[in-house]
Amino acid sequence: MSSKKSFGGSAIVLDRADINTDEIIPAKYLTEVTKEALTPYILEDLKLDGFDPRGDKLKNASVVVTRANFGCGSSREHAPWVFEVNGVHTVIAESYARIFRQNMFNCGMLAIELPKDDIDQIIALDGEGVINIAVDVEAQKITATANGKTLDFDFEVSPFDKALVAAGGWVEFADARY
Amino acid sequence: MGKTIAEKIFAAHLRDEPFAGTRVLSLDRVLCHEITTPVAIADLVWRGKDRVFDRDKIKAVIDHVTPSKDSKTATQAKILRDWARRHELPDFFDVGHNGVCHALFPEKGYIRPGFTVIMGDSHTCTHGAFGAFAAGVGTTDLEVGILKGVCAFREPATIRININGSLPQGVVAKDVILHVIGHLGVNGATDRILEFRGPVVDAMSMEARMTLCNMAIEAGGTCGVCMPDMTTVDYLWPFIEAEFGSKEAALADYGKWVSDADASYDKVLDFDVSNLAPQVTFDFKPDCVKPVAELVGTRIDQVYIGTCTNGRIEDLREAAAVLKGKKVADRVRGIVSPATPKIFSDAMAEGIIQIFMDAGFCVTNPTCGACLGMSSGVLAEGEVCASTSNRNFNGRMGKGGMVHLMSPATAAACAITGVITDARTL
Ligand code: SF4
Repeated sequence: MSSKKSFGGSAIVLDRADINTDEIIPAKYLTEVTKEALTPYILEDLKLDGFDPRGDKLKNASVVVTRANFGCGSSREHAPWVFEVNGVHTVIAESYARIFRQNMFNCGMLAIELPKDDIDQIIALDGEGVINIAVDVEAQKITATANGKTLDFDFEVSPFDKALVAAGGWVEFADARY
Repeated sequence: MGKTIAEKIFAAHLRDEPFAGTRVLSLDRVLCHEITTPVAIADLVWRGKDRVFDRDKIKAVIDHVTPSKDSKTATQAKILRDWARRHELPDFFDVGHNGVCHALFPEKGYIRPGFTVIMGDSHTCTHGAFGAFAAGVGTTDLEVGILKGVCAFREPATIRININGSLPQGVVAKDVILHVIGHLGVNGATDRILEFRGPVVDAMSMEARMTLCNMAIEAGGTCGVCMPDMTTVDYLWPFIEAEFGSKEAALADYGKWVSDADASYDKVLDFDVSNLAPQVTFDFKPDCVKPVAELVGTRIDQVYIGTCTNGRIEDLREAAAVLKGKKVADRVRGIVSPATPKIFSDAMAEGIIQIFMDAGFCVTNPTCGACLGMSSGVLAEGEVCASTSNRNFNGRMGKGGMVHLMSPATAAACAITGVITDARTL
C-alpha cells in the first residue's frame, strides 16, 4: 500500500534493543483508519533516556538507526506507517522482528540489516553532529556522514525485498503477478 | 531426509517461488478483525479492487473493542461490517456472537491440520496448535491475502522444543511457555517455527496447546505448531464427522501433517518440566521470567483473566478452582473476560461465572479489551496488573502501567491476596 519511495537523509539514533511496535505506535491510536492521522504519535511510548518524541531531531529525521530485534511484538503495520507519514522510509538495525521487517518492504520501504560493529560505528558518529545517511539500493551501499567524517557500509537485501521496493510494495508486485 | 510439518505444508501450498528462498503460498484461511483490516479494505476500494479471493476462506470478527466504545471504534467496526455484508461473507461475527479471534475461530472448527492461515494479528501463531501453519502478518499482506489468496514467506526453518517429564500439580501450559520464552529470549526464534513436542504436549488438551502456541511470537517465532493427533481429532470431530466418518480415518489422514522422525531442525531444545514452578514475568519484556516465588509480595492493583492466551473454558475453570468461596482483596479490581460467547455460556452452566461474581470479579463480555489497553480495564499511570495475557510491554495495558504475565490460577491467587502469590500456597 504505497508508492515508490526515496531513501536516506538525516538520521536519528535509537540506541536500544527490542524496541516494540507498542512503543512505536501505542495501541490506543490503532482506532485511526487513515495513515496520516497517526502522524503526531510516532514513538510516543518509547522507553529511552533522553529521547523526546516531540523533539526536532525526530521531526527532521528520514532514517532511524537502531539495535537488535527492532519492531518486535504486535503485527500492526501502523508502525511502518507512522514512519512513512513522518517521512522516515529507511530503518537501519542489527536485526528485526519478522513481521515488522516484512511490513516495511511490503510498503516499499527499506529495513536494512547491518552487523553490530557497523551500527556501533554509526552510533559513535551521533556525538559529532547531525548524521546524514545516503542509501544506494541498487549497489547495496550506505554512506554515513557527520561533521565531515564519512563511513561506508555494504548491506544485503534479498532479491524479493529489492523487487518489492522497486515495485513500490507487495500489493503492486502481487497484483502484477497473481 | 524427512520433512518437518512446516516443510510439508509449504510444499503442499507452494504457488510460486519468485526468487530463491521466497515461497509464495496459497492460503486456506484469511482471518480478519476490525483493527488491522479496515485500512486494507479502504486501500482495496481506493485501488478499485474491492474483491475477495474466496468468501468461504475469509472469516471476520469484531473483537478488539466491542461493543464499540467511541465514534472511532464504531467507524472501524462499521467498515468491517459493511465489507463483510457487501461480499456476503458467510462467517462474520458481530456483537452478540463475537469473541477474541484466536479463541473464536478454532472453536468454530475453521482451523484444520495442514492449513495455511494468515491474519493481521501477531498471535495468529495460536492456530498452529491444530497442526497448521499460521502466521501473523501486517495489513499489506492481509490485503493481498484477501485479494489473491496468497502470502510470501521465507523457507521454513524450525526449532523443535521437546517438553519432557510431567507437569507438577498446579503448573500449566502458561508456565511452560513463559519458561521456554525466558530461555529463548524475545528474538530467540525470529523467522523460525516453534515445534512443540514431547510427552507433556502429547498429554495437553487443545486449549493448553493453543496457550503454548499463542506465545511463540513472544520469542519472535513465526508460528507455534503441535502435531495433530487424537486430541486434535476429538476437538474437531463435530466439524469433520461428515468428511471422515470415523475418528480413525481422520487420524490416519492427519498423519500427513506430522513431522518425519528424520526431519532436520535448526535446533532441538529439551526442557524437563517435572520440577517447574509457576512462572511470572517482571519488567517490560516477555522473556523476563522468574518463578512466582521470587516475586511473591509484589503489590497489584488489578487482576485480568481472559485474552487469546488464557480466556478459554479450561483457564476459567483453573481460576475458579482457586477463587471458590474466596473474595477479591480490598483494594484490588478483578476483571474476567470469557474469550467467546460459548465459553461464557459454558462457564455459566458450570457455575464458574457465579464463583467469579461471588468473589467480587467484574465479568465483561468477550473482547480483547484491556489486553491491549483499549477498553474494559485500562490501567492508570503507576498501576500494576496481574494478567493472563501475553504481553507486558511498557504501556501495553495503559500508559505508565505495569503488567505481570502469569497463569489463570496464579492470577486468581493474586486477586485474593492483592500481592503476587503462588496459588499452591493458599
Ligand atoms: S486478546 Fe490481546 S493478544 Fe489476543 S488478539 Fe486480543 S489484543 Fe491481541
